[in-house]
Amino acid sequence: MIVAEQKPLEEIRDLIDEANNVLVVGCGTCVTVCFAGGEKEAGILATSLRMKTKLDGKPKDVTHTTVQRQCEWEYIDPLKDQIGEVDAVISLGCGIGVQALAERYPDAVVVPGLNTSFLGLPTEQGVWEERCAACGECILGLTGGICPIARCAKQLLNGPCGGSQEGLCEINPETPCAWQLIYEKLAAQDRLHLLMEIQPPKDWSTSRDGGPRKITREDLRLVAEETE
Amino acid sequence: MSETPFKIIAYCCRYCSYAAADLAGVLRLSYPAETRIVQIPCTGRLDMLEVLHAFEHGADGVMVAGCLEGDCHFQEGNLNARRRVEHIKQIMLQIGLEPERIEMFNLSSAMARQFADAATSMTQQVIDLGPNPLRVEDHNQVDQKIVNTVG
Repeated sequence: MIVAEQKPLEEIRDLIDEANNVLVVGCGTCVTVCFAGGEKEAGILATSLRMKTKLDGKPKDVTHTTVQRQCEWEYIDPLKDQIGEVDAVISLGCGIGVQALAERYPDAVVVPGLNTSFLGLPTEQGVWEERCAACGECILGLTGGICPIARCAKQLLNGPCGGSQEGLCEINPETPCAWQLIYEKLAAQDRLHLLMEIQPPKDWSTSRDGGPRKITREDLRLVAEETE
Repeated sequence: MSETPFKIIAYCCRYCSYAAADLAGVLRLSYPAETRIVQIPCTGRLDMLEVLHAFEHGADGVMVAGCLEGDCHFQEGNLNARRRVEHIKQIMLQIGLEPERIEMFNLSSAMARQFADAATSMTQQVIDLGPNPLRVEDHNQVDQKIVNTVG
């Protein structure tokens, strides 16, 4: 899932400083299950902003709603009337949700209520950890299902480095060394031979280095682009 | 207890604290009339949004009263509630409200005296903080009404 956390209330308040009527839009997917931007959090943010702005002497009318998914047109199209009535929209979606609303409603002032943090999972209730860096060329098949791109601070392909101390990373004593985990996993599976092969430098053009990425599936498109 | 009408919302769990409040009544123990009790099935059911709405709509303080730690009817609802109360305090700080306006208490169903004491101390704590600034205007209007009536 996409993991996010809410921005400080004061920062959100400053982002909507010029607005009088504000709509908080929650998202019912990833940020709901990481308790950052779901229906409950949208309600809490709306009431918190109403109280804070009233105490500041500049009370705002803050309402809230939640859509199942902010990153698809079909789910945000029904917001047209509500968004048309307000001066600003606070998106409690991830960065994708914020941009989807801004793109679909070009006249609306859309601001983020969350800081989108990473792609990860809840390792226990209330704890989320990064697991994927969306690099565009998955090597988990070679590393025992443990990603050195997302979980090694240096994104090493042939680790560990000298900063691995007793299974922990030098950047943080609470962070396990990804390459130690990979070694232990492959040793347990008797597949250490996978580590004997030196991995060549990674092609980062599939990652952010290649610029914004795009996938087109012609078999799924409803209308083929006209070609002249 | 004060000239300004204060409202303290007491969210009490059905199995312990609400029973303690009930027993306080049976024993004719007095506690401040500012305390408005809301029964909830377990403090683990405490809804942060509900508490924030209470403050938004003019509550001066909130007390959350659950079972003694280790004695929750639902195992650990009261422990979850305590963490939730701490989180609400953080939100209140960001809003600009005093976090001391909300406190967590743990009481068994037999602790009627302690319930009355908790309600009294919570009420005094909130009175010391003053009225909820979100309804100061309302308070002023009420005070003016009282002055007009008496005058």
